[in-house]
Amino acid sequence: MNIELINLIKKDYDVENSRIQMFVNLQLIRSVELLISEKYDAQIFRCPVHLSIGQEAIAVGVSINLQLEDKVVSTHRSHAHYIAKGGDLFSMLSELIGSPLGCCKGRGGSMHIFDKSVGFMASVPIVGSSLPISVGIALAEKQSNSENIVVAYIGDAALETGAFYESLNLAALKNLPILIVLEDNGYSTYSNKEVRWPDTKNVRATTEGMGIHYYSGSGDDVDEINTQISEVILNVRNNKPSLVHLDTFRRYEHCGPRLDDNLGYRESEEILSYIKRDPIEILGNKMINLDIISKTLLGDLVNKVNCYVEDTFTDVLRKNENYLKQFEMNY
Amino acid sequence: MGQTYISLINQAFDESLKNDSKVMLFGLGVGDIGAVFGSTANLQSKYGAERVFEIPLSENSVTGMALGLAMQGFRPVMMHQRADFSFTSAEQIINQIAKTSYMSGDVYKVPLVIRMIVGRGWGQGPTHAQSPHAFFSHVPGLQVVAPATPVDGYYLMKQSIASDKPVIFIEHRWLHQTTEELIETDQIPELFEAKIMKSGEDLTLISLSYGVIECIKIAEVLSEFNLNVEVVNLRSIQPWNKNTVLRSVKKTKKVVLLDTGHIEFGLTGEIAATIYSELFGSISNPILRFGLPMEPTPSSAALAIDHYPAIEKMLGEIKSHFGFKYELKEAINAFNKKFPYKSKYKDQPDVGAVGPF
Repeated sequence: MNIELINLIKKDYDVENSRIQMFVNLQLIRSVELLISEKYDAQIFRCPVHLSIGQEAIAVGVSINLQLEDKVVSTHRSHAHYIAKGGDLFSMLSELIGSPLGCCKGRGGSMHIFDKSVGFMASVPIVGSSLPISVGIALAEKQSNSENIVVAYIGDAALETGAFYESLNLAALKNLPILIVLEDNGYSTYSNKEVRWPDTKNVRATTEGMGIHYYSGSGDDVDEINTQISEVILNVRNNKPSLVHLDTFRRYEHCGPRLDDNLGYRESEEILSYIKRDPIEILGNKMINLDIISKTLLGDLVNKVNCYVEDTFTDVLRKNENYLKQFEMNY
Repeated sequence: MGQTYISLINQAFDESLKNDSKVMLFGLGVGDIGAVFGSTANLQSKYGAERVFEIPLSENSVTGMALGLAMQGFRPVMMHQRADFSFTSAEQIINQIAKTSYMSGDVYKVPLVIRMIVGRGWGQGPTHAQSPHAFFSHVPGLQVVAPATPVDGYYLMKQSIASDKPVIFIEHRWLHQTTEELIETDQIPELFEAKIMKSGEDLTLISLSYGVIECIKIAEVLSEFNLNVEVVNLRSIQPWNKNTVLRSVKKTKKVVLLDTGHIEFGLTGEIAATIYSELFGSISNPILRFGLPMEPTPSSAALAIDHYPAIEKMLGEIKSHFGFKYELKEAINAFNKKFPYKSKYKDQPDVGAVGPF
């Protein structure tokens, strides 16, 4: 959770309500990603970006169940995971512009977000490679008799790497407190599963066959994810390594700031069906229907979050004014 | 007589495990009856299977696991009975271990050691006899050491474990049964310090690991022909101790480099380039380089004889390259007399190991 933002809104909203908290986080991630998308052509964010738009619910539904001391290891698509774990927006945006004020002093960029201070241990963009490291982090927690767990986010293509199977074997062998969150968006860049997985592939059988507890569900309804994870995590804290397989949808292109619906590698029906399952709308509508919040107040909340993101970005530009001048070319 | 290299490695592990509860040892063979050629013997029973353990055959992920442990403050030592198996974990070593501290903006320390044993002879062949010091040295963020003597092995292992940066620890199988006395001393070598094994004015021989033993033999043979040869034991490859090397070369003006790895794009080229740039015009002869040819190491004992630079052959090339006056035949006789090969076969070390190993 972003404490700064919560403090800004607590006067007007019930920030103790978990749905309000989750909505704020979903909107925060969405707003940040849209800002990056919008400013990208201005050449300010000078590194490859993998936006999380459409996939926000998983990061938020998982992270609301985590303590500060719990550890997270992410992938190339790290923004949602970082923000949901309580990462600092100023540090992240500064990192994306390559500034020394970034969380990795500008050395990592979007694909290598590290922030130990919030338990965000690493982002590893070499697909599959995050898992062995997560196993080691989990072994350290177990060896230290802590109650902390490790969440390792992976995408569906990680199941095509050897490291996945080696790591599941190690996690089961050592009974590690590790939760693997499989964000299955169905695509590896432009390739769907038909060209990558045999028809006979069965992720549940594979996972359980390796000695890892398997759960599956939809990755769109943050409420459902929260409920599911809160149960699974009790087992993980008792050293039962688990994998949660959630279906989701990457709205934007694999890498870059744009929609790529025009390329035709995803059927328009598929795209439309997912747009109807937008995580922010699902939770927003639910809160209105349950009388948790009025439509007007919800609209105001969205505006407040957007303003917070805009203000933070302005602050990033202001504090990095001298830095930004450094790489301007003078022809 | 002293202790063997392998027993001093065992002692270094024992003392490191005793002094720091964060130290862990694992790798194939660590917990089995072979105990990685005896180097991990008795450590599991002494320190428990949580700290000293056997691994599943998943070198890549176990190497990544070592990184995760190091990021959390542990000091793992991951080991390979043959260095060649570490290539399965090239991704974790090169992309992750070498770069984590840098990428995190120096937030993480990565105190881990990857111990790699280099095979030679008795049919090791193409995939069990490689010494990867040069290509790991090419990666910023890795430290690479290759100690030659038992006492070097002892101190460098302890310091590698105590280092806050990742260390690739290269250990030649033919050194394991060599012996040396560990004498209590205040003169503990620094991790990155080269050592002058023998001082001289006429020629500098520079090498690492098992090559240092061969250089010492060459130096001792040539001393019978009134040549005072200086032998530089590099000990550390990345970073390497330029000052000690350049000081020696300034004095002798003649250089021979001997590598245990392949010759092209390797250790000898890097050191030669530095000597040429730093001491241009002040050396008297072109640098002479020895190493392995650009072909995989053969398994056949007969083929391997030509693959490794034999001391007899090096004595001949040193003579003709620098125009030294000794008779090659006499030098070879002196070598055979001074260092009679105790083994009947030349594809195994003259002390200790008898194949299979």
